Amino acid sequence: MNNLLIAPVVLPLIIGMVLIIFHTNIKLQRVLSLIALLATSAVSVLLINQIHQQGIQTLQLGGWEAPYGISFVGDMFSALLLLATSIVAVCCLIYAFTTMGRKQQKLYFYPLFLFLVTGVNGSFLTGDLFNLYVFFELFLVSSYVLITFGGEKRQLRESLKYIFTNIISSAFFLMGVAYLYSITGTLNLADLSLKIAEVGQDGLITTVAFLFLIVFALKAGLLLFFWLPGSYSVPPTAIAAIFAALLTKVGIYAIFRMFTLIFYHEPQITHWFIGILAALTMILGGLGAIGFWDLKKILTYNVVISVGFIVAGLVSLTSAGITGSIYYLIHDMIIKALIFLIGGTVIHLTGTSDLKEISGLIRRHPGLGWMFFLAALSMVGIPPLSGFLGKVFITRGTFEGGYFWLGAIGLVASLFILYSMMKLFMNAFWGEMKLSEEEELGTTKGLILPIVLLTVVSLALGIGAEGIACYVTQAAEELLNPSLYIQAVFD
Amino acid sequence: MDTLIVILVGILVTIGTYLILSRHLLRIVLGTSIIGHAVNLLIITSGGLKTGAAPLLGEKITDFTDALPQALVLTAIVINFAVTALVLVLCYRAYQGFGTDDLEQLRGEEHE
Repeated sequence: MNNLLIAPVVLPLIIGMVLIIFHTNIKLQRVLSLIALLATSAVSVLLINQIHQQGIQTLQLGGWEAPYGISFVGDMFSALLLLATSIVAVCCLIYAFTTMGRKQQKLYFYPLFLFLVTGVNGSFLTGDLFNLYVFFELFLVSSYVLITFGGEKRQLRESLKYIFTNIISSAFFLMGVAYLYSITGTLNLADLSLKIAEVGQDGLITTVAFLFLIVFALKAGLLLFFWLPGSYSVPPTAIAAIFAALLTKVGIYAIFRMFTLIFYHEPQITHWFIGILAALTMILGGLGAIGFWDLKKILTYNVVISVGFIVAGLVSLTSAGITGSIYYLIHDMIIKALIFLIGGTVIHLTGTSDLKEISGLIRRHPGLGWMFFLAALSMVGIPPLSGFLGKVFITRGTFEGGYFWLGAIGLVASLFILYSMMKLFMNAFWGEMKLSEEEELGTTKGLILPIVLLTVVSLALGIGAEGIACYVTQAAEELLNPSLYIQAVFD
Repeated sequence: MDTLIVILVGILVTIGTYLILSRHLLRIVLGTSIIGHAVNLLIITSGGLKTGAAPLLGEKITDFTDALPQALVLTAIVINFAVTALVLVLCYRAYQGFGTDDLEQLRGEEHE
């Protein structure tokens, strides 16, 4: 029993609820929400330490023993993601301070933002399938409102598509829950894993596994990403950045959890199929990223590529592959928030997202330009930046697992990323300076701090990779040995 | 009884799918709502229907109906209700903004 586990859910939730009352007081809202998120980061650091020393931590809510009550389980994988989530959330929040209009900030922006973080944190921590659904809905409903923030026509149109897609996938999620409950009679993840290991994963259970795969693939943007480019390019930058950094990652997390803890008995069917999905995602995402001349579209397609790449590590089911996926997942959360914030700043300065109309920004904003360059190199996987280790391990994992084609496609996808990011860099930052100081629509004042923070974190993640290696290996080990998770829940 | 309910769920999902495939926003909302109800029925059925008495502690009765799906379905209904309400508001706003509820016209422009 470890009561600290509930803190990452309760802290933002309670403060969010309090802030609903004080929604007209912007200063108070800023301070309190920053405190809530910083406290969450502190708690996740504590959790990482505890899990490192004492193994997986659990909390049975209300004192009801598993499998009857709802368990909260913090293993190293979820704790690392919690920390990354908190860092990204803090940076996006600081960015929102200056970029969101005052009117919008009074319209419950901060409570919604905190509820979104609550839902994401809860999804990482819960050990109960239905509870996972509830937390999914929590952050989805917050995202439904956040995506329409500002109320532009474009946003309304895209948000409708986003919402309908997600409502239907949530319905499928519940169907999966119902089927799984009628087959096994339990919804506790650890208990499910035990029961399915006992009776064997027959055709029926594999079918349900595919149902869950469809659900989470829709949320993660794994092949079923048709909703993603539209809906991630309409909201204000701070919101788009947190969507790109967190929302697809929760779907990836759920895929990892389900297919390492519960449905891991038939990898030649399920994991092979996930591999095909991952390969198609990388190819289609790559084509999208090199095909568009719109800054936001290029960035959203880069989100898609990375989803395919992270999942490729899971497909291999080797310790190298999973380690790589965890490295890359953490790196990707940070870096996606970073490039979305930089992209948003570029649009903020120039007033357009068309690459052909932006040029020469590096002369007036060298810091911004070089940070973008670093982020781009990091995404491609140039050592010693943070994307490198993840790429190496995932590629090695896929080769070890015998998925040579998947590893090869992953490497080709890196070239797509390189091309698209260099196109962005050379067009937006190099070349003739088009705007003089007076012509720029805004300043980078106040916007640069969160970008610098994220760059530092990303650099630290790359250069200090040795330092977090022990945590990541532990997380991979826990994912590959479901018995560790089960034991922790039932003891 | 269980089989009948499952067939009913199938019929409801069919109707929901038909409505979702239409072009009018309001019909799509109704479609998602009907699918939501179908799923709720499915959850209730997943615990087995009418297998015993109400799940209250007593000495005479030995078999109880599974209470967990009922708890799940309550939560699911509430969430479904909230989301439907939100979508209806959004659809109304979209209708106000665009002057149409035809999805064909809400596809998005080529170059924005």
